[in-house]
Amino acid sequence: MSVGETNGKQTACDGMAAIEMRDDYELIVIGGGPAGLGAALSAREHGLKHILIVERDVELGGILNQCIHNGFGLHYFGEELTGPEYAARLIGRLEGQSIDVLCDSMVLEIIPDEDGHVLRLMSAEAGYRTVRSQAIVLAMGCRERTRGAIQIPGTRAAGIFTAGTAQRYVNIEGYMVGRRVIILGSGDIGLIMARRMVLEGAKVLACVEIMPYPGGLARNIVQCLQDFDIPLYLSHTITRIEGKERVEKVTVQEVNDRFEPIDGTEKVFDVDTVLLSVGLIPENELSRVAGVEMDAKTSGPIVFENGETSIPGIFACGNVLHVHDLVDYVTTESEGAGRAAAEYVLRQEDTSHVRVCENESYISLIKDGTVAYTVPQRIRVGRIDDGVRVFFRVKAPYKTPKRIVFRDGERVVASFRRPYMTPGEMEHVTLQRAQLEDVQGDDLLISVEEIK
Amino acid sequence: MFDVAIIGAGVVGCAVAYELSQYELRVALIEKENDVAMGASRANTAIIHGGYDPEPHTLMGKLNVEGMHRCFELCEKLDVEHKKTGSWVVAFDEEQHGTLQVLLEQGIANGCEGLEILEGNVVRLREPNLSDDIVSALWVPESGVLNPWEFTLAMAEVAVRNGVTFMPNTEVTALSWREDHYEIGIRIVGAWHSAADEDVAKKNACLSSPPKEKVVMPDCRAMKISARYVINAAGVESDRIHNMVAPSAFEIVPTRGEYYLLDGTAAGHVVGSVIFPCPTRAGKGITVSPTIHGDYLVGPNAEVIADRSDTSVTRSALLDIAEKARRVVPNLDLRTSIRNFAGVRSNSTYEDFFIEKSATNFIDLAAIKSPGLTCAPAIARVAREMLREEGLPMERRTLWRGGRRVIRFKEIPEEERAAFVREHPLYGRVICRCETITEGEIVAAMKREIPPVSIDGVKRRAGTGMGRCQGGFCGPRVLEIIARESGRDPLCIEEDGRGSVILIGETKDPRYREV
Repeated sequence: MSVGETNGKQTACDGMAAIEMRDDYELIVIGGGPAGLGAALSAREHGLKHILIVERDVELGGILNQCIHNGFGLHYFGEELTGPEYAARLIGRLEGQSIDVLCDSMVLEIIPDEDGHVLRLMSAEAGYRTVRSQAIVLAMGCRERTRGAIQIPGTRAAGIFTAGTAQRYVNIEGYMVGRRVIILGSGDIGLIMARRMVLEGAKVLACVEIMPYPGGLARNIVQCLQDFDIPLYLSHTITRIEGKERVEKVTVQEVNDRFEPIDGTEKVFDVDTVLLSVGLIPENELSRVAGVEMDAKTSGPIVFENGETSIPGIFACGNVLHVHDLVDYVTTESEGAGRAAAEYVLRQEDTSHVRVCENESYISLIKDGTVAYTVPQRIRVGRIDDGVRVFFRVKAPYKTPKRIVFRDGERVVASFRRPYMTPGEMEHVTLQRAQLEDVQGDDLLISVEEIK
Repeated sequence: MFDVAIIGAGVVGCAVAYELSQYELRVALIEKENDVAMGASRANTAIIHGGYDPEPHTLMGKLNVEGMHRCFELCEKLDVEHKKTGSWVVAFDEEQHGTLQVLLEQGIANGCEGLEILEGNVVRLREPNLSDDIVSALWVPESGVLNPWEFTLAMAEVAVRNGVTFMPNTEVTALSWREDHYEIGIRIVGAWHSAADEDVAKKNACLSSPPKEKVVMPDCRAMKISARYVINAAGVESDRIHNMVAPSAFEIVPTRGEYYLLDGTAAGHVVGSVIFPCPTRAGKGITVSPTIHGDYLVGPNAEVIADRSDTSVTRSALLDIAEKARRVVPNLDLRTSIRNFAGVRSNSTYEDFFIEKSATNFIDLAAIKSPGLTCAPAIARVAREMLREEGLPMERRTLWRGGRRVIRFKEIPEEERAAFVREHPLYGRVICRCETITEGEIVAAMKREIPPVSIDGVKRRAGTGMGRCQGGFCGPRVLEIIARESGRDPLCIEEDGRGSVILIGETKDPRYREV
């Protein structure tokens, strides 16, 4: 890796050309994972010339780099890839696109401004800089929930890792984190790590899930637990961790429907390691400080049909917006956001165009108790081409066919049949422009209903 | 031969070391753990108490206000993060309102200034999240919060800079008076700043059959050192040290307190000052207080436990704390918790601090319970005077290098940042993104008088891993920096206390396969 600032150029990333940073960009993409790459490439394709990707790691690709298992790309590339392969395909597309990339760098602050948003960013090599950008795409991804967030009683011994941290140690750094392992939570990373730890020679004694249904994808339950004879305890949780220096023992208990441990159901496991896979939280501190309006349910920004947040010119996509199960959908979502950012910039530059007024009307997607969230949350009908894809998660598992119904008041606007649904698998439907144009009022209610 | 051996490098021991380092003395600071502040000094409510709570005739009452002033002064001098927030004691009924009156009078007798009792409505104007059921509250302006680890560490660093010998991983096993000095039996576990102790070595194949030559088996040596005077600042073990030289005079009643740490960015504004319920005989009650890092601490309960080192948290206590805290701050959102922890306080059968000359040239600074953190600098002053009275010649060092400066990226003014980072590029690389802590800060911590040996050691110095992700992201990077800067194998880097190893080996090494 070349070092330092030479002739006003900054080292970009491992293996990439040095760049000469501008003071102002048309678009700055925060995050160089799949979402950021998809958005930047799409914005380039739709006509932007001055694009910068800021990545905090030393190379592009984000969390895909540590996901060395396969199962990526079936929808988007039509073939099965590993995480690094999926990332490499996107990174390869950067070639010849003259998109500036700055790695090992952090954006510290976004200050929204109509004449170009101000960003403060920093790295050891590029130094501390203030740059302007007409549009911003937020693509910072997500982080893992911790032990403190779920309040597991017991000691503070070493050997308790979030699954993603363990994944980094094992797959990137080349270190084993333990030999006898229990997994708390059945999120996808936990399931993937259960299999990884077995393949690396550890013994995985159990995967424990507090909910009565698994949190991760069905295919991961089969391929990572069942295929390796790892028992999955549903409606169970860890109620005690013991061990002075390193974890020695873990107590697991069944829980009742209020998630309280049931006396007499204690099982003790001799383990030296606990991996936590208890949820992901979109990483939105930058968005919050910038004043972007947030959705308490997704922990991500509230967005319109094209990924634009409540602040004009600031867009969001990928796991910073809502946690996805499949990277393929991150890519398509971020391509939409990148295109929208390009359109925003080009519209600003086109002085003949009347600036879109802020109180442009929109339909709010609202939900009843059956649906956890939707993205987008708001739809400006005039802005969509043929239709808009709505992502959502149901709140409880449905093992028999149900329908997803959109209503304005009593009238059914659209209805979709699904044979099977579970909170662990994100659903999506496409609403047609024609259907949306007919909507009466400002709200569209989404709910899961019985098939009549 | 040392002039003075201080047993225990908690806040009291380190305050004494700081005090004595100003004199021409050979001082040893002996600590059984791998860092300073590893007991109650690290796990407490981080409050600089105002001084209204202890009864005036007690040592606690006599030393609190002096200690409070000294704490603020030392925090300034040693660049320790702190904030004079003031504190409230809230009353829910007439009886508790009466207690406030007693506290007010006690406070005045103890030397507190600016105390006043205000009506509930007035209190809620200043702390809008407090319960509507609060009828009145005592306002204590001269009080606040500090970073208790940094406070302890800062005093220890200055002491070491001025010649005090810090001996971590060293347990005192015996004390015997030999005509004019103490012979102190010590057990040194591992080389100083080394990896893991014997028990762990046995448990971890990684250490009993190290894959790399450079991971040496930690040794364990019994040795003797001598000192003319001994100071017992052994905290939760202070009765055991006392009993090595004198008949039993008090017993430690280890009392565990559990806490929630709430993420300030997620919780929003909760309180601006420290909120106490009315104290009872059981203690000061469940406190809700801001931390210097912009987060909130909720706790502690008080539970007498058998094992003095048991800092585990329990479901029942956490539920209890939550319920009590919500009485004071009804909309408190404990889902914003990012960490639970517990500390063991040195409560004792003797209700006051036990500060005595208990044997020849042996001074107990024992059974230091709340408000021990606040009182520590005052206790150190008392210890110094006692040593002088006992005939220890004390001559001021002509060349004493006090003071301390820590560069925190977050505190660098906006307009100076670009120039600073150009000059010091490591401060441009953010390692802990939750708290914006840079590599420069970590490397600087590694180069100070008492370098950290663990991930949490770095956390206590630089503030990494304090935030919402609790080190999930920065942990591996911090580990790498510790290994690089100290030349140690990553396999030996601990999470926290001695033996809390994080990595058990390299992948693909057949020795680690669980068959």
